[in-house]
This record gives sequence, structure tokens and C-alpha cells, in this order.
Amino acid sequence: MTETEARAQRIGAPVLAVEEVSLTFGGVRALTEVSFDVREHEVRAIIGPNGAGKSSMLNVLNGFYQPQHGIIRFRGREFRGMKPHVAATMGIGRTFQNIALFRGMTVLDNIMVGRNLKMRGNLLQEAFWLPAARREEIEHRRAVEEIIDFLEIQHIRRTPVGQLPYGLQKRVELARALAMEPSVLLLDEPMAGMNLEEKQDMCRFVLDVNDHYGTTIVLIEHDMGVVMDISDRVVVLDYGSKIADGTPDQVRSDQAVIDAYLGVAH
Amino acid sequence: MFYREVGQYKTSYAADQALLPILQDRIGIAVILLIAFVAVPLTASNFALDSVLIPILVLSLAATGLNLLTGYTGLLSLGTGGFMGVGAFACYKLTTFFPNVNIIFLILCSGFFAAAIGTVFGLPSLRIKGFYLAVATLAAQFFLSWCFIRIPWLYNYNISASIEVPTKTMFGLAVTGPTASSVTRYLIVLSIVAALVLMAANLMRGRIGRTWMAVRDMDLAAELIGIRLYQTKLLAFAVSSFYCGVAGAMMVFLWLGNAESESFNINQSFLILFMVIIGGLGSLLGSFLGAALIWGLPIVLRHAPDYLGLHIRSATVDQSTFVILGVLIIFFLIVEPHGLARLWQIGKQKLRVWPFPY
Amino acid sequence: MHLLYSIFVDPFMQMGHAPDLLVQTLWDGLVSGVLYALIALGFVLIFKASGVFNFAQGIMVVFAALTLVGLNEHGVPAYVALALTVVVMLVLAVAVERAILRPLVNQPEIILFMATFGLTYVLIGLGELIFGGDPKVMISGELGLPSGSYRINMLGGYVQLQKIDIAAAIIASLMVAGLGIVFNRTRIGRALRAVADSHRAALSVGISLEQIWVVVWFAAGVVALATGIMWGARSNVSFALEIIALKALPVLILGGFTSIPGAIVGGLIIGVGEKMGEFYWGPLVGGGIESWFAYVIALVFLLFRPQGLFGERIIERL
Repeated sequence: MTETEARAQRIGAPVLAVEEVSLTFGGVRALTEVSFDVREHEVRAIIGPNGAGKSSMLNVLNGFYQPQHGIIRFRGREFRGMKPHVAATMGIGRTFQNIALFRGMTVLDNIMVGRNLKMRGNLLQEAFWLPAARREEIEHRRAVEEIIDFLEIQHIRRTPVGQLPYGLQKRVELARALAMEPSVLLLDEPMAGMNLEEKQDMCRFVLDVNDHYGTTIVLIEHDMGVVMDISDRVVVLDYGSKIADGTPDQVRSDQAVIDAYLGVAH
Repeated sequence: MFYREVGQYKTSYAADQALLPILQDRIGIAVILLIAFVAVPLTASNFALDSVLIPILVLSLAATGLNLLTGYTGLLSLGTGGFMGVGAFACYKLTTFFPNVNIIFLILCSGFFAAAIGTVFGLPSLRIKGFYLAVATLAAQFFLSWCFIRIPWLYNYNISASIEVPTKTMFGLAVTGPTASSVTRYLIVLSIVAALVLMAANLMRGRIGRTWMAVRDMDLAAELIGIRLYQTKLLAFAVSSFYCGVAGAMMVFLWLGNAESESFNINQSFLILFMVIIGGLGSLLGSFLGAALIWGLPIVLRHAPDYLGLHIRSATVDQSTFVILGVLIIFFLIVEPHGLARLWQIGKQKLRVWPFPY
Repeated sequence: MHLLYSIFVDPFMQMGHAPDLLVQTLWDGLVSGVLYALIALGFVLIFKASGVFNFAQGIMVVFAALTLVGLNEHGVPAYVALALTVVVMLVLAVAVERAILRPLVNQPEIILFMATFGLTYVLIGLGELIFGGDPKVMISGELGLPSGSYRINMLGGYVQLQKIDIAAAIIASLMVAGLGIVFNRTRIGRALRAVADSHRAALSVGISLEQIWVVVWFAAGVVALATGIMWGARSNVSFALEIIALKALPVLILGGFTSIPGAIVGGLIIGVGEKMGEFYWGPLVGGGIESWFAYVIALVFLLFRPQGLFGERIIERL
């Protein structure tokens, strides 16, 4: 069995779907009746020119924006709009285009924050540092150290993230999202502004995450090479509407896509 | 050279997560506590205790409270004085209602009243941020100040509109009131402050501290990874106000001996905020350094002319103190905007590589 | 029931019964509103151009008024003293730029805010050292400001208007109009607006930030001087104003931190709201609610319109 076939076998039924989602800010339409689905374990890319509404789409998915119309389906439940903490509780993780790390905190603390939803300690336990709090802290520290090893950031564990170079910050952000043990991970331009080497590293990590943890991945990316290489299916947005949806090969040969995007860019 | 963690390997996460992972720090704290609990009570004069050490400890606690809110959670508050007042008046009423209950217990209880009021006034923080929130807390400050004057029930209808601390004893020893000795009061203040600050340190190294700092650094991202902003912010207000309330109660019962609404006015709020900023936002050590500097400096300035043999009118000295304090605040902000605590860190870093910096 | 009546019905009955008192209260409110508006105005100027939340605006008012009166006490003729005070405010602006703004450029807002606290202390100390801490009487007569009052019979009673208050309103309007012209019509005004929009973009097209800061702090100083004269003419010149100046904060919340019209309208609303609240609702809780009522108005307002009266809606992005 080839590697591609093995991957294809892992991909299961749709876990996340948006139906006819529309989003407007005042008079500006950011998204117009966009529908697509994401299947279990797949790497799903959203591409499109600047201002096509890609980030808005992710923001709708994890509840930061409330769409005016449309439905989000996630694991058999229907939502008119998500709430951020509901999305987080149900296992939707997220990284951001302009890194949204907690700059004053160390790498370790940033990733530990990602464990927050899994922790139960209350004020009294923590104030008195009772055995329960201690145990919990150590248990989650162990989980976090695993992620740190996985993403190869052991050496910067104690560094405040504000002092890290851009590429590493992106990696820490991925680590923080992974700490939530998400079933779906939304990555907003994980490779933006990176050099070739860093991009290759990041691609490897994204695929490793997909393989190792079985995480479903939805990513926005501008680098066509990367998108075509690592994604199973691609959605193309332009001016807030979906213009194409399919495998990388299908999308590559789609005339509407070439006109709107590839034809201009390349 | 003197200060290095080389060779101190951690073999368990528990050791790595200890409050003071480095041996030198543990020794340092032990020495400081030993001096504070043993040497100081044996040697310090009443003046040093009453006018320097007790005030600094009490103000440090208030500064710690504000630091939890402003430094760690990023919510600027100008209502500290008001929350301290709630603690003080609550404690006074509690001693009236329960005259036989242990006073230390009552002081700690009064913190809960401050926490409740603080939470109520923290509600606007759910909608607004930054300086807008600061103005909202200013509303709390002025409203509470007004209550302290206009609700005579709070000071038991006393004609002077002030609270007089009753004498309370523990183990036959006067703890509060005019007959309580400075050393007794100092030791009690020190114990309460040490215990509460230890608790704050615990909170800050665990889950709750991390969620607070996450909200401070980027509240939107924090929300998106599942931190409930409402609960987190309100909890910060509650805990912070608890500390301020206890500090307020101690201020009246263990330091001043009596107080009126003036003690908890807007200037008090600003003073505590100074201490936090000069000391270092987001640093517990900074709260102490800031309190020591802001409280100690005017005392030094006031006595400096005498030592130098100069005879200056006391009014002039007071006014110059204002100018010098102002200039120093600006100076410190320019030299190290992250506060004294950062200077201390830099010093440690220097010591680590001394005498071969390269 | 009785409580609801006394909150929601009774005050309005009173207004209906004694319309002259209502007009008088409104007028008093507007008059103190002008003072708040002026303090807020100085504040907005500085915030717009340098992003500094200038806590010292209140004390600048006191300092300016003290300097004016103090110089006059030392035998300087009133108008010369006025001119000298303007010079002092210019020196202050330069000093602030050199000693505070320039070294602290690019620091977080809260650090600059604290620095203006330091400035407040310095100004309080200096003011008392040089001119003494006792309240002084404003030299309004020497400056040619009117005194006395008009008494207008109307609505079955009379309303009393102080001439100085009318003069204050006129001067305030002139000043706002003048600032409006400077902001919208001149080269320096254009630079100011550019700086207010984005420091970096302004720098990149060759606008000197240092110069703009001096200009703005000087303008705020002149506004402070005018405020000090108006306010000194009504009560005395003393450091008590420092606390009153904090009332500019709710005004700013109402009007938005960067809007000059907002500062004016907000000031008037707060002034009127506060006087009405004190006069009609204050007695219900024992009076004295003036000290916090303004903040409550601002707070309630904030919950419904966080961006202020004239502020732009902020869409948060990630």
C-alpha cells in the first residue's frame, strides 16, 4: 500500500461543516453563503487572494465572529454561531496570522495555558498549593513536555516568548494549540514570513501532528507549493465566496481559480 | 560567581516547579525571614516599627493586591483606597458585632467583604478596558469614599466620623488598641503579610496565575483557547480586593489605631499604584520594593536636613519632598520602566557572570 | 412604592412646580460643565498628539493660575503677568518634552501616565514652594473681567446669571473656535492631525514629533491658564482643584478621548447631569452625591456605548 493510499484510508466522515455562512461588517460583506466540510484526519486548506475572507472564515469557525446567516456543524451538533469557549471545549484549536502569544510569559507557561481547559484546580487548592494542585500541575507539565519534545523547542522552555524570533514563536503557538489536545486544528498562515528552511520544518510539524495525533487540520496558506504538497483537499475563496473546492489537482486545473488567483499570482 | 544555578540539576518536575528553584534564593529568603521575625523585633526602636516597618508591610500587602489585578491581570484600578476602606470598616463592624472573636480572624474575614464589593465594581471590566476601566474604578473610589462619610452606621454613629480601634487581646497580650506594643503588632502584621504573599506566589505559579497573565497579555487569544474572560477578570478583582481589604483592616487595627474616610481616599489609591509601578508590574518582590521606596523616601528626606545640620522650615521640606518624589518617579520610569524588580533581576544576571562578563 | 415615587415622579413634579429653579440649576450645571469641558479639552489635545493620558492637566490649571496671581502679587502689572504666565507655560511645555516625553518615547501608555503623575507632584511642590500653599484671590478685576450678575425675572421667579460665567462661556467658545481653525486650516494643524493618526507614519514623512509635542503641550498650557482664570474668578485659586479636575475623566469617557467636540458636549452633559442629580435626587440619599454622580453617568454610558459619543466603533481583529 502506498503512502497516499494509507492517508486516504485514514480520512473519515465529515466532522466539521459550514453551510451557507454569511458574515458582514456594517456594509462590508466578508463572507457570502460559503459552504464546505472538513473530514476526520484530513488536511484541508483554504486559499484565496488577500481579502478573500479566509481569516474571517476561521474566526467564524472558532466563534470569534458571529455570522449573520448560516449554520456550523461540528460533531453532529448544529450551531447558529460558535462561542469561543464552546469551540475550545469541543476541541477546536487555533493559531493566528499575527502571532497571538502571551508575550510576557515564558514558552512553558504559554503552553501550560493551553492545558487550562483540562485543569480543575480551584482557588483554595492553588493558594495553599495543596497536594491536589501539585499533582495536577505535574501531570500537565508532563503532557506539555511531550509536546515540547515533539516540536523540538526544549532549549527555549524558560525564555519569554517576546524575545524569540518569529519562526520559533510560530512553533510555540502551534505547541500551545496542541496542548489543548484539539481534534480540529485551525492554522492561520502557519508559514507566513518564513524562509525556506523554516517552512520545511513547519510543514513537517504540521504533517507529523496530523499523523501522530490524528488531528484534523484546516489551514490557510499563501505558498501554493506548500498547499498543493500537504493538503488533501482545498477550498478556494475569492471576494468572500467559494469559487472552487476539491483535491489540489482539481483546484489547480479549475478555470475560475486560475482566473481569480493563480493566473494573477504566477 | 556568587550567584549561579550551575550544578543544581532538577530531577523531577516537582523540584523544577518549586517556588524558589535556586538554592541561593532559598537561603536568601530564609535569612530575610529570620531577620524579620527575630532580629528586628529584638533590636528595632518603636519609631522604626511604627513609622517605617509596619507601614511598609501593610502598604506592601495593598500593593501586592493591586499588583495581582494591574500587574498580573492587566486591569488598571484606581479604586484601591476604596477597597482598603471596605476592609477597614468591615473589620470595625465585625468587632462591634462579634466582640469576642479573635481579631486576626476578623481581619482576614473583612477581606471577604472587600472581595465582594470589589467583584461588584469589577463588573464593568467585562465590557471595557484600559483607561476606561480605570475611570470606572474611580467611580468605585468616589462612591465608597462617599459611603464612608455619609453612612454613619459604618462608624457606629461616632461624632468624629472616625473609627476608634478597641483593645483586643490574644493570650492575654494586647494586640490592638493603644496599649498594644509595637513589637506585637509588628509580628502579627509580618505573619499575615508573609502568609498572604506566599499564597499569592502559589497562585501565580499555578493555573490561575497563568490564566490571569494570559488575559493581561492578549485577552482575545486567551478567550479563544478557552479561558472564560468574565470569570477570570472577576476572580482577579475578588482576590485583589481581598488583599486590599485585609491591608486596609490591618492599616487601621494594627498600624494607625484610628481612621476616617480620609485614610482611604483617592490619594491612597494613587500612592499604592505608584508603589506597584515603581516596584515593578507583575512582580511580587516589586510590591515590597515599591512600598519601601515610596514610603521610605519621604521619611529620609524629612530627616535629611537634621542630619546634615541644616535648618529648613518643615513646610519647605514637605514641599521639596513633593518635588523630589516627583522627579524621582520620572527618573525611575526613564531609567527602568519595568520597575525596581527588573533592576534586581539585572543585578542577579550581572552577579551570575561576575567577574568575567564575557 | 414610595421609593419609586420619590425617584421617578417627585423630582419631575418639583421641576414642573418651580421652573425658575430648574432653569437656574440647568444654568449652574452648564457653567460647571464649561470648566470640565476646558480641562477635558487640554487633556484631549495632549492625548491626541502624544498618546499621553495627562494626569497633570488639573494641576497645570492650578499652576498657571498660581503663577499669574503670584506674579501680580509681586508687583507685576496684570497684563504683563498674563504674558509672562504664557511664557512660563511655554517653558513648561519644552521642559516636559525634554525631560519626560523624549526619554520615554515608545514606552507603554501606563508608564507615560505614571510619568505625568510625577509631573503632578513636581508642579504641586514647585507651586507651593514658590507661591505658598494658601488660597489666593484671582485678579479678575485687573484683567478686565466683569463681575456682578444679571437677575432675569422669568417663569414666576428669577434666574441669576453671573457675568463672569457668561464671559467664561464666550472665551471658551472663542478658544475652541481658534483651536478648530489651527487644527483644520494651518500647516501645523495638518501635522498635528497626522501625528494623532499615526506617530510612525508622521515621522516617515518628516514631521518633527518633538516640535509637535511642544506645540501641543503649550496649547494645553494656554487652555489650562484660561481655565485657571475662569475658575479662579469663581472660587479661589487653591490646590483643591486637583480633585475637581478628575471630573474631566468621566467627561472624556462620554466624549471619547480624542474628540474635541466630544470634550465640550461631554463636559456640558456631565455638568448639567451632576447638578440636576444633586439638586433633585441628592436629598434622597443625604446629599453630596456630586462627588461620584458624574462617574456613574459615565459608567452607565460606557456600558451602552464603549467608544464614547463621537468615537469611532472599534472592531477587534486578530
